[in-house]
Amino acid sequence: MAKYNLKINGKTRAVDVDPSTPILWVLRDHLQLVGTKYGCGIAQCGSCTIHLNGTAMRSCMLPVSSIGKSEITTIEGLSEKVDHPVQKAWIEHDVAQCGYCQSGQIMTAAALLRDNPNPSEEDIEATMSGNICRCGTYLRIKEAIITASKM
Amino acid sequence: MNNTTNTYNRRSFLKSSALAGGGLMLSFNWITKASASEKLEAVLADQWSELTGYIKITPDNIIKIYNPNPEFGQNVMTSLPMMVAEELDVDWKNITVEMGYHDNVKLGPQFTGGSNSIRMYWKPLREAGAAARQMLRQAAANAWGVPIEEITTKSGMLHHSNGKSAKYGDMASQAAALPIPKDLKLKAPKDFTIISKSKKNVEGKKLVSGQPLFGMDYYAEGMLIAMIQHPPAFGMKLSSFNATQALKMPGIKDIFSIKLYEDGFEQTGFDTRTFNDLLVVVGKSTWEVMNARKKLSAKWEPAGDIKETINGRGGKKEVIVPGKLETTSAQFELMAEMAKKPAQELRKDGDPESAFKNAATIIERTYNAPFLAHNCMEPMNFFANVSEDKALVAGPVQAPGWIEPTLSKLLNLPPEKIEIQMTRMGGGFGRRAYGQFAFEAALISKKMKAPVKLIYSREDDMTYGIYRPMYTATYRAALDADKNLIGFHVKGGGIPEHPIHANRFPAGAIDNYLAEGWQLPTNITIGAWRAPRSNFNAAAEQSFLDEVAEAMGKDPIQLRLDLLKRAKENPVGKNNDYNPERYAGVLELARNKSGWGKTENSGYSRGIAAYFCHNSYAAHVVDMVTRDGEPYVERVTSAIDCGIVINPDAAINMVQGAVVDGIGNAFYGTLTHKEGVSEQTNFHNYRLIRHNEAPKKIDVHFVQNEIDPTGLGEPPFPPVFGAVANALYKNTGKRYYNQPFTNENNGDI
Ligand code: FES
Ligand code: FES
Repeated sequence: MAKYNLKINGKTRAVDVDPSTPILWVLRDHLQLVGTKYGCGIAQCGSCTIHLNGTAMRSCMLPVSSIGKSEITTIEGLSEKVDHPVQKAWIEHDVAQCGYCQSGQIMTAAALLRDNPNPSEEDIEATMSGNICRCGTYLRIKEAIITASKM
Repeated sequence: MNNTTNTYNRRSFLKSSALAGGGLMLSFNWITKASASEKLEAVLADQWSELTGYIKITPDNIIKIYNPNPEFGQNVMTSLPMMVAEELDVDWKNITVEMGYHDNVKLGPQFTGGSNSIRMYWKPLREAGAAARQMLRQAAANAWGVPIEEITTKSGMLHHSNGKSAKYGDMASQAAALPIPKDLKLKAPKDFTIISKSKKNVEGKKLVSGQPLFGMDYYAEGMLIAMIQHPPAFGMKLSSFNATQALKMPGIKDIFSIKLYEDGFEQTGFDTRTFNDLLVVVGKSTWEVMNARKKLSAKWEPAGDIKETINGRGGKKEVIVPGKLETTSAQFELMAEMAKKPAQELRKDGDPESAFKNAATIIERTYNAPFLAHNCMEPMNFFANVSEDKALVAGPVQAPGWIEPTLSKLLNLPPEKIEIQMTRMGGGFGRRAYGQFAFEAALISKKMKAPVKLIYSREDDMTYGIYRPMYTATYRAALDADKNLIGFHVKGGGIPEHPIHANRFPAGAIDNYLAEGWQLPTNITIGAWRAPRSNFNAAAEQSFLDEVAEAMGKDPIQLRLDLLKRAKENPVGKNNDYNPERYAGVLELARNKSGWGKTENSGYSRGIAAYFCHNSYAAHVVDMVTRDGEPYVERVTSAIDCGIVINPDAAINMVQGAVVDGIGNAFYGTLTHKEGVSEQTNFHNYRLIRHNEAPKKIDVHFVQNEIDPTGLGEPPFPPVFGAVANALYKNTGKRYYNQPFTNENNGDI
């Protein structure tokens, strides 16, 4: 066990966990931030995507010991009033079906738009292909990202 | 016109019961069950007046509608309350929707599956809205001393021509005390103001901000995490284990083995168990439990043949689960052997033997498909808090009413002492119709005397699933010298069930017809998987018809339309369970909307397929191109007839999802075994369709009619496989008979 002071969504959160614990489980089990989802645990599905200093990362294979002073943003911290352009576009296009993958999709999309405010369809496809949606909402994900890019 | 029969909307009686709060509550009673009044009291707060189990109104005119059915992405949280709101006459934007409590007496069957949610609630929910509206009008009539006929409603307000008006909330408590109206007149479809108008997902905002909606997110004070170590292979069982090392791991509370069912336990048809010995690790957090599990040393041994007592739909029977460790390639060989043996006759019209004897040409093709895992994005999980005298279980489950009797038996508690909370499900696809994970969680909690959340890892979820069966079918068509289709024969088999729907198209359209089926047992657990049986048939039959059309020199759409014309005008045999007109309707719509046969589409390899299942009709035209040397479905045109569409935008989303899912499974879906061990364990070796592999465009068109609505979760899915296979033929010149449609699976070109 080891103590960590993590910067998450603009706050400092103290946890006492095994250094190997992936951030995903620190968030979900120790901080009750459950918007970040477990889908595969092996960096294959993207459900667990968070931002680490603004970059999209899979939290399921990211040990807490590797975080240091980096800033973590989770879906809960993406915006205060659920008004990030990506969130607004997601609501406008009613993207979700079951919704389980959507936190990860949104975090990946938000990071994409930050780096590339006007992505082409190909850019979107290339980036979003790391996130699986079992319900098959890919068309709306793409439409919503294009809408968000214009906001 | 109404072609559907609805087994659930026969309202047996309207039940009223006095409540502690002084109000009166109506409920629509479908099934006989003791009233669970304790549950209700807990639900009701003082200020709410309840009008029917579905509607609650406060004096401040806050109107809440309960969605009765479990939500797994089909959007019932929105579409079912829309049906209540329509008849209640309220502003949709002023409505609060909440997930319903589990109570099959008050809220109906509460079952998500079989594309039944909309269909079974269509009448009851509109009646609930209409009953409440009429009671509110009566309360106003009484208060104002005028006849009820003179009271009108608009957007949650009551009005009288003398100028008096009141909010629903003003009259709610008086209304709740009134007798229950009978002979409710429901709106005609042309008067709908909410139904058939697109409404946003009521949980949209929560979903995009990561709110805890899912079973995985369930949290209770003092909750422990449990995981189960299953045998490494189907056909094995636990022999012994040593947990000394694992117990020393941080955070671990206990490690033990328990049985799911005691010997002779009578299972319902949905009590399917993957394994009976549970080697359980319980600890404080998921990661600690995962790590401890790796330190377990367990010995496994062949389970041998196992006897199960199943009391399902077909009555009580003893079933022997064979002990053999199964290997997929050997299973396919066994199926090929079985296919040569005599099988059970399922339907026979005319004289198929003579037709084939006299045929000028016989076309014979065999189709095969492997097991498929559900791979719900949210792995299986469940929360349970079981004490001596009561139990709370919560989680993602498609049929809470089905798990309740089994929980009651396993925990030795009466049903009214068991509360089941339905969380949002991260996918279902049939997997969550089986409550094994809820039973496991409950037994673990009972043993631990603590609240426990059971979690399946992705590997657990994939390798210990309840899969889509393996199927095979051989289709034969007899053509005479003039290329007329004079005979049709399908013989289908599977592990452990055959896929054949003997009374479906093209039965009824061909004079000489024979359908046969056979099955082989297995110890690999199988169950409902999005559009059971249809998900295979539509691939096989619709590819076969494409080949028959080619041999007859006919356009594939025209062949189907000709057959349907025959089935409509002069049907062969009895019990044809499809409506040829509606079936033809989706084909014609798909033909028109896709520009079938138009030169501007000649750059695409086009495939058509249509299918009827779960009471709805679907046709797709798939447009394929070659991209980076691989076949790629770039566009799809879909035509659907599911009667009245409740929430069009959400319905389009679901059809698009079904198309994407269909393409993915057609190209990649497979779960194979070697000596009982699943060869796929996670998404690195079980391929799911990804963003760049989905079509760029899926145009969805609905047949516009006023037929009572039927389902949509499953019907668009099966014909995707057939349309993909037929487009592949155009694209590659090769027929793909084996799923998934890879070249290694279908021989070299
Ligand atoms: S859970 Fe991290 S990528 Fe799947
Ligand atoms: S919405 Fe269900 S997995 Fe994406």
